Amino acid sequence: MTLAHLPALVVVVPLIAAPLIVLLRRSTAAWAIALAACAFSFAAALLLAAEVLAAGAISYHLGSWPPPWGIEYRVDALSAYVLVLVSGIGMVTALYAWRSIAAELPRDQLYLFYALYCLCLSGLLGMTVTGDAFNLFVFMEIASLSSYVLIALGRHRRALLAAYQYLILGTIGATFYVIGVGLLYLMTGTLNIADIAERLPQAGNPRAVLAALAFITVGVSLKLALFPLHFWLPNAYAHAPSAVTAFLAATATKVAVYVLLRFYFGIFGFRLVTESLPMPEILLALSVVAIVSASLVALWQADLKRLFAYSSVAQIGYITLGIGMASREGLTAAVAHLFNHGITKGALFLLVGGIALRAGSASFDAVRGLGRRMPLTSLGIVIAGLSLIGVPGTAGFTSKWYLVLGAIGAGRWWLAALIVLTSLIALAYVWRFVEAAYLSEPGARTPEAGEAPAAMLAPAWLLVAACVYFGFETSFNIGGAARAAALLLGGVP
Amino acid sequence: MTAAQLIVAALAVPLAGAAGIALAGRWPNLRETTTMVAAVALFGCVLGLLPTVLAGGRPQLFLLEMLPGIALGFRVEPLGMLFALVASSLWIVNSVYSIGYMRANNEPHQTRFYVCFALALAATMGIAFSSNLLTLFLFYEMLTLVTWPLVTHHGGDEARKGGRVYLGFLLGTSILFLLPAIVATWAIAGTLEFTPGGILRDAGLSGAAVGGLLALYMFGIGKAALMPFHRWLPAAMVAPTPVSALLHAVAVVKAGVFAVVKVIVYVFGVDTLAGVRAADWLPAVAGFTIIAASIVALRSDNLKRRLAYSTVSQLSYVVLAAALLTPLSVAAAALHIAAHAVGKITLFFAAGAIYTASHKTEVSQLDGIGRRMPWTMGAFAIGSLSMIGLPPAAGFVSKWYMLSGAMTTQQWGAVAVLVAGTLLSAGYLLPIVYRAFFLSPAPSHGRDEEHGEAPLTMVIAVSVSALGTVALFFFPEVLLALSRQLAEVG
Repeated sequence: MTLAHLPALVVVVPLIAAPLIVLLRRSTAAWAIALAACAFSFAAALLLAAEVLAAGAISYHLGSWPPPWGIEYRVDALSAYVLVLVSGIGMVTALYAWRSIAAELPRDQLYLFYALYCLCLSGLLGMTVTGDAFNLFVFMEIASLSSYVLIALGRHRRALLAAYQYLILGTIGATFYVIGVGLLYLMTGTLNIADIAERLPQAGNPRAVLAALAFITVGVSLKLALFPLHFWLPNAYAHAPSAVTAFLAATATKVAVYVLLRFYFGIFGFRLVTESLPMPEILLALSVVAIVSASLVALWQADLKRLFAYSSVAQIGYITLGIGMASREGLTAAVAHLFNHGITKGALFLLVGGIALRAGSASFDAVRGLGRRMPLTSLGIVIAGLSLIGVPGTAGFTSKWYLVLGAIGAGRWWLAALIVLTSLIALAYVWRFVEAAYLSEPGARTPEAGEAPAAMLAPAWLLVAACVYFGFETSFNIGGAARAAALLLGGVP
Repeated sequence: MTAAQLIVAALAVPLAGAAGIALAGRWPNLRETTTMVAAVALFGCVLGLLPTVLAGGRPQLFLLEMLPGIALGFRVEPLGMLFALVASSLWIVNSVYSIGYMRANNEPHQTRFYVCFALALAATMGIAFSSNLLTLFLFYEMLTLVTWPLVTHHGGDEARKGGRVYLGFLLGTSILFLLPAIVATWAIAGTLEFTPGGILRDAGLSGAAVGGLLALYMFGIGKAALMPFHRWLPAAMVAPTPVSALLHAVAVVKAGVFAVVKVIVYVFGVDTLAGVRAADWLPAVAGFTIIAASIVALRSDNLKRRLAYSTVSQLSYVVLAAALLTPLSVAAAALHIAAHAVGKITLFFAAGAIYTASHKTEVSQLDGIGRRMPWTMGAFAIGSLSMIGLPPAAGFVSKWYMLSGAMTTQQWGAVAVLVAGTLLSAGYLLPIVYRAFFLSPAPSHGRDEEHGEAPLTMVIAVSVSALGTVALFFFPEVLLALSRQLAEVG
């Protein structure tokens, strides 16, 4: 009976947890409620994914109002996949946040953090599960507004500036998105995604359709930090509290990718996107620039958080590169990398957060000689770093395989060469860490011997283990991605 | 135990050994015993698979599906059997030597050293027994990563630089060239399983495509040290000598040439390559590497550097033999993998013994050292014979097959290279033996270099490997049987 309402509950439970936390005010209770909400969402996501695998897409009518007048929540192969990622990361980070945030925020503000965290998670999950374009905007704003505040909670004043920068750019993005949705509504008279997709081909004004596509692309690209709309990301990730960085790095941009995929292939349709506008070529070009430039910039960073932030911009470039290939392998790679990068970056930022806790900062000065003083943290960063490079035996390799396969399959050897060349840049910046941690003497700013607290190390290592596990057991991350890609390209529900 | 269980054991024993060594870190004797037990147990497992393979069986093991349609699986065939035998037997000898070396030189981080060694052997077994390109690639990369801490063992600036060159060349070539080659093979052939006759045989590839793909593979397998991607080998000399012995005889370089032969025989297929002009560059590049590396070896005064370039040269013997694409030469390639391994490990053991006993690293310092270290230099002499290809050393057997293979197909260029290489290797090795035994030591400057032989464990190890070199000359039956089986596949 409640199982039938899971598509709604997965969003509603964290949403209700937020005001509950604000009412209770006590920090321990706040964390417990947040964790319970996240765990529930994760369990619900897993159940939904299993259901979709067994029986096909689920259509849930909110309030029993039938679409297209009511709001429909739709769980199919793609949204189930993203749901599992976001809720999983949400739960792991909530576990981590207990010790991490307690060190970064005064005790009487902790409950506010957890309330915002639940709101953000609810927003992201809502964006994923909804089948209504405007409802998506509502959840987009819930997620964005709460993430602006979460970032602003960082220790330094620069966090405030970074949050403000993200707020401006993010609001522009959301506004562009809603203008695009407005145009679509004007032409089709409906806000339900499936319904828009049906009616759009008969819509009168092809120019307006293209304008809607353009607005939505730009709006979502701002959220997704596609070059050149990525400028908010490095500052936001570097100055936010560690748990927030990890959470956002692993989820927020991924959900934006999901929105892009849903609109491109679910609403506008493959033919329109690839033929009327040279979207694949534009995406390819922007992705290539993103990957190369962001990787190179990452190489020169003095701070681990900024380094991995720029690395994220590059990795998002890989995802959009897969989309730009517009082939089955390319889309499989894009969706798989969404997941693989999510767990890899999540692991990395959680571990870096441990360093930041013990050393007060995550700069390279603090990392010298870390191999002896924080051996588990260092080893975890190395393993997750290998996943970032794409060494076989890690999750990152599996999506890189499909990217190269997509490039070679389309005869684009230069693209395959570029993908592997940029992997070497990733090798270079991961190796900067390895040399600093293992081949250098401890510096003045290296923390004293002693690992991060177990409450932080354990969730981080859970994700590190996931990076290795999903490098061998790929039935979920690759199998699920392949199913999602087939769905997007075939239009089969 | 069934064959499949033995394959699992061959991987599990070194991994378990690594864990055991890590746990026993605080008790050196227990730790060293763990290494020895693991090494002997591994050799036992590998030996257990030998009868099946000699009888024509090909034991298999499927672990899991790593990517849709591609398995993480194992299949023991003659070449893999040979490689595994060489690696596991030499690990025992190398462990005895390492114990002597590490203790005599009071090396730091010994637990890390032995753990990485065990992991490297696990990766080597994975490479030897892999049933498809993806499994091979997985363990190949694992081997690079696991040997990096061994190369950078001493820490400090020199180790860092050497480690960068090492990792840069090996990971660079494998990610830039080998990975696209494997993906392309998958795209073209739809399978990555090693198949007798080659999986690209019926793919209908143009000559140029075959040549290009071959180039990606050959330069992608950086561990085979084909020029110009050979620089990692001399750079790795910054490591302690037991590591160099492992790198240059047992695991890393042999994994490289093993992969080269595997690709030529089981991915392309000897016939596929034989019918294509565009593959003619490979014997040329290999020949060039043989000569060029030998010349650099001649001009190197540092003993380890000379031996490193000798290895670069000798590895290209294997590549050249495989590239000649005749049954005799393919057999020769397999034989040389074994012969060079045993010979070169002897030479490196001797170099390490010399350093440990006398702290001498340059050839010019070695006058008269044979008098003080007769066992070590005697073993060095036998190892040299093997490198040059003279009886009664194992190198003679492989060289004989190589020359036969080249002459019967009238590839006179290859014959010329082989002869020139032989003369050059005599040129850079025999003078060392001559100096050691027939020249008087240079007058010492104040500090009297009164030293004797190296510690007993090291002398035992170097004598065993020298004996092994000679034994393989007199009792080559197992190696010949495996090599012939491989040649029949092609």
